[in-house]
Amino acid sequence: MEHTSLLERILRGIALALVVIFFMFPIVWILMMSFQTNETILRIPPQLVFEPTLANYTALITGKLMTAAGTLDIAFMRNLWNSVFLSVTSVAVALLLGVPAAYAFARHKFRGSEDIAFTLLSFRFAPALLVLLPLTLYFQKLGLANTYIGLIWVYQLICLPLILWIVRGYFEDIPADIEYAYRIAGHSWFATFRKIALPLAGPGIAAAGLLAFIFAWNNFVFALVLASADKQPVTVGALAFITSSGIQYGQISAAIVLSITPTLALALYAQRYLVEGLSLGAVKG
Amino acid sequence: MTAATIQRNRPSGFRISKRVLPYLLSLPALLVCIGILIPFFTSVVYSFQRYRLSQPWARQFNWGDNYISFFTDPKFWNTLEISLLYAGITVVLELLLGLGIAMLLQKRSTLNNFISIMLLMPLMTAPALAALMWKLMTNPGFGVLSYLASLIGLQDFRWASSPSTALLTVVLVDIWVYTPFIMILLLAGLRSLPTQPFEAAALDGVPRSFVFFRITLPMLTPYILTATLFRLLDSIQQFDIIYAMTQGGPGDTLTVFQVEAYLNFFQSTNVGRSAALMIILWAITYFLSNIFIKNWLRLRERARGQA
Repeated sequence: MEHTSLLERILRGIALALVVIFFMFPIVWILMMSFQTNETILRIPPQLVFEPTLANYTALITGKLMTAAGTLDIAFMRNLWNSVFLSVTSVAVALLLGVPAAYAFARHKFRGSEDIAFTLLSFRFAPALLVLLPLTLYFQKLGLANTYIGLIWVYQLICLPLILWIVRGYFEDIPADIEYAYRIAGHSWFATFRKIALPLAGPGIAAAGLLAFIFAWNNFVFALVLASADKQPVTVGALAFITSSGIQYGQISAAIVLSITPTLALALYAQRYLVEGLSLGAVKG
Repeated sequence: MTAATIQRNRPSGFRISKRVLPYLLSLPALLVCIGILIPFFTSVVYSFQRYRLSQPWARQFNWGDNYISFFTDPKFWNTLEISLLYAGITVVLELLLGLGIAMLLQKRSTLNNFISIMLLMPLMTAPALAALMWKLMTNPGFGVLSYLASLIGLQDFRWASSPSTALLTVVLVDIWVYTPFIMILLLAGLRSLPTQPFEAAALDGVPRSFVFFRITLPMLTPYILTATLFRLLDSIQQFDIIYAMTQGGPGDTLTVFQVEAYLNFFQSTNVGRSAALMIILWAITYFLSNIFIKNWLRLRERARGQA
């Protein structure tokens, strides 16, 4: 490795630069578009230098878009709120259901435990629409169509397997002896779980929660099928926004920027855990 | 009866509750999921029915007709072909690119770590939103990529709106989003490899191509397998990128399984055909995920054995 020639170092440098440009360019470009007026966006050739404007963001935040033809209402903030609410609640519910179950799977090898764990895992790999399409018909009958409760329930398909499998791995890594010692000292099962297991698996639970949040936020198809405009998160809302506003490219870009910022920020914050989380602990190194 | 046994045992300890406890703990999670399992069986039933939402009165079992008609249905073969093509192309390209980038970034340095963190950003972008970003960039009117294409002589390059380049465009978006996934998995793999074999090879002056094919690749295989199967399972089910970009169009160029099922359900309201499509896709993914889980279990055990 140390004896790399100059030519090789240059080639490596060029390759890395190309990689960075390819993967960063779209984000940078959309960010730039979000600070431009439609006029500068439509200019050909595309402009690298322009006078930045916050008009797109103010239009989105106030929900009013002034155009030559009149005022247009934008419901984008509503979509953003839906995304926050749906993702946070879904993750909270999934943690509440998933952490005890993960503990059970990790600590007690009970009859059928592996089968159940794998069944739950298989949701991660099943085609979403297989379940979603009949579910729309059921939800209409049950009155769950276009409700937050219905959506949060279905979002468990994303969050639960993730949390179950990642947290289970962390619980398995805690030596059982520590828990036995605490139990022998006369503490109840629940106290052991709360005082010993939970704090020790804390980082894993936090990482799983963050990842589940990112996946819930990024989900598209669940809400596309099950929610109408007032309950839609940003992923679906942004698509509808394109068709409804037609040519307001600056606002669309600003909407995309606002929609991807939370997950990008969280990912950068939690990047240490991403490898393990993304592969459901399959390549624990 | 259970209540009585628990009561009787309470003073002496927790023997019974210890047997019941794991079930109690996992029960809520199970109940929530079973509620969602029911639609799966409904799908199976629908797939054996002639069922159109527009003609509910004509709903009846036609047993295998939905499946049998697939054999002579060019639209179905198009769906199968484009799904496999999409999955194959994306996974192969992402694997090659991801491995290449991971090897470029293998050495731990501030710059390399910084770049690998930056490359996470596309992966954390919602695929549907990523498709919209690329849609804006490939807009024939003002899109920067359309402009760049015209600079290299591709006048009026239509990207996703032309049948001949639509697949290329969505594959490009898929590569943009998911290559970092393979990259970070393989990077983690590369950095966890033991150093002795490489040192020994360097001492012996073994050519680098030999080191790569005979040492690096075999040792990296578990990581490559995991990454490939994860991606393959997701890619064959791709919906978000294709739907957000072209809604399966132009025409039926990009009607992969999930997109075709969605359109069958909501546009032609043909529930039966839609369900049959999903069952076939499920069979494919079930087959693949079984291979995956078996490999994974072996790897897990091996990892635990070594640890």
